[in-house]
Amino acid sequence: MTEPLLVVDGLEVQFATEDGWVTVLDKVSFSVERGETVGLVGESGSGKTVTSLSILGLLPRESSRVTAGSIRLDGVELVGMPKHKLELLRGDEISMIFQEPMTSLDPAFRVGDQIAEVVRRHRGCSRRQAWARAVEVLTTVGIPHAETRARSYPHEFSGGMRQRVMIAMALSCEPKVIIADEPTTALDVTIQAQVLDLLRAMRDEFGTAVVFVTHDLGVVADICDRAVVMYAGQVVEQAQIDDLYDRPRHPYTEALLSAMPQLTARSGRLATIPGATPPAGSMPTGCRFHPRCAHVVDECREGDRDGRVAARTLDGGGLSRCLRVGDLVLKGSA
Amino acid sequence: MLRYTLRRVLMIVPLLFLVSLGVFALVLLIPGDPAITISGENATEAQIDATRERLGLNDPVLVQYAAWAGNALTGDLGSSLFSNESVSGAIMGRFPVTVAVTIAAMIVALLIAVPAGIIAALRRGHWQDRGATLFASVGISLPNFWVGILLIMAFALAVPIFPAVGYTPITEGVGEWARGLVLPGLTLGMAVAAEITRQLRGSLSDVMQQDFIRTARANGLRGRAVIAKHGLKNAAVPVVTVIGFQIGFLLGGSVIVERVFGLPGLGDLAIRSVLQRDIPMIQGIVVVTALIVMLVNLVVDLSYGWLNPKVRQA
Repeated sequence: MTEPLLVVDGLEVQFATEDGWVTVLDKVSFSVERGETVGLVGESGSGKTVTSLSILGLLPRESSRVTAGSIRLDGVELVGMPKHKLELLRGDEISMIFQEPMTSLDPAFRVGDQIAEVVRRHRGCSRRQAWARAVEVLTTVGIPHAETRARSYPHEFSGGMRQRVMIAMALSCEPKVIIADEPTTALDVTIQAQVLDLLRAMRDEFGTAVVFVTHDLGVVADICDRAVVMYAGQVVEQAQIDDLYDRPRHPYTEALLSAMPQLTARSGRLATIPGATPPAGSMPTGCRFHPRCAHVVDECREGDRDGRVAARTLDGGGLSRCLRVGDLVLKGSA
Repeated sequence: MLRYTLRRVLMIVPLLFLVSLGVFALVLLIPGDPAITISGENATEAQIDATRERLGLNDPVLVQYAAWAGNALTGDLGSSLFSNESVSGAIMGRFPVTVAVTIAAMIVALLIAVPAGIIAALRRGHWQDRGATLFASVGISLPNFWVGILLIMAFALAVPIFPAVGYTPITEGVGEWARGLVLPGLTLGMAVAAEITRQLRGSLSDVMQQDFIRTARANGLRGRAVIAKHGLKNAAVPVVTVIGFQIGFLLGGSVIVERVFGLPGLGDLAIRSVLQRDIPMIQGIVVVTALIVMLVNLVVDLSYGWLNPKVRQA
């Protein structure tokens, strides 16, 4: 059996703080198949953005380090790969779309030139060919009059249009994987839907695998095949999308689902998860979610291995990091 | 960009008019009567009146201004009250010296500031950065006449590699000409380098934190290309502004340095004219200097349009 397209295996990342190195990603493992869309879900501080940045090797070199684990793209190990080799993969085989379309494009260059620059870097073609490719991808992502618009500067585009430009740039070299880090969070709801439609269409047309990083379970339900739920630097649950919504296997997922605003329930308060994500460096022992968990028992505070809770593989391929996964029946979003 | 350029060039006209008014008003504001000065100590009232008549000082102010401005537009800035030398001729004779010193200083400044600023910005908080910051603070605080004297003592007297004073025109040998500019260039360039380093460090390290730098890196662009293209172009606006200011400073700062190095430049001429109350000469120097500063500012403003496309619409 061949390996999945993207494999993150036991990834451990540390950040430099005033108190020394602090572990922010604790043995994160998941994988993405060709053409698959995987949601990487969690609150702020759960480690989802750190995970995606470390896949591209974009974490600041001086204040962060990968201390264990492996990241493989199409069988090629990315951890420890020399900088110049990694640069050649970025934007070519794997590319990224960021949260802030308003600031993610260089204001001093025409959008067409910015895309053409990436194409030239990876394809080594002529300026004219690179420009033609830029116009072509801009057309693909639905920029009207792409030929003329390629000559515009970023400030001449709206937020939604800029995000289309970012998607065009990410697609320009036909990567195998796109990591989309909250690509719709900064956009209006109607524009969000358009951008999601576009991403879905691109994935279907080019067979690109997508890692969709978000805190919004609604968006995950909309676009993903599978979800990886992260909490406090750990993967706490992995499941096919329908299973996750019908029958979550970790209390944190249950809490996230119940915190989703329901269109049917028009009265009453929005549900929230009490407390906040613990800061890296002062993680609770045992299950990291236990101080906020509605189903906590004494064992949760101890953990079952080295003061932690080990991940459990479930029937049907899912995974949960809950001690009580066997006896809890959690509420889905039904 | 064309419209922006045209609009910006046209803005020079009213500015120039204001400057000419100010310059002309100098005559009215400066204490003392040039007619008395020129006529000499023992002149009679009649002689002074004759001089006044000859200089047109009895005409109404507006007539005097119109005559002066009209001549100035054709390049005739009058003649010195003392030597009868034409003002434009005197300025043209001195101008190349000041320009040469200014350019030498700018070259020194950029050669130091660009690498120092980039390294300091990229290695923020490291020893390279501390070194550059220290250099910048020291460079800004040192008075340049003192630096000039030290440099003369070190490289003209103790180790005589460069001439201590004087200027060799370029027509008498490029090598000698350049050698004479090294010490004045270093003297003036040091302070300018310090200022530009500080600005470039601040501005580039801000830009390198921006999201679009991360985008460029996420798309696999070479680290060096990211800094040189996306980093520097975006960091350039405040730096270019400072360079523009510094050219103005160099034209003014050279007054002292021209004295220290015995260079026959505009600054030297300016001091002499002021001491002699040679009004036409002073007016000429101010007009020419103002014109240069305006041209420098024009170039700076046009570069904003190129560096930051948003400016073009404003």
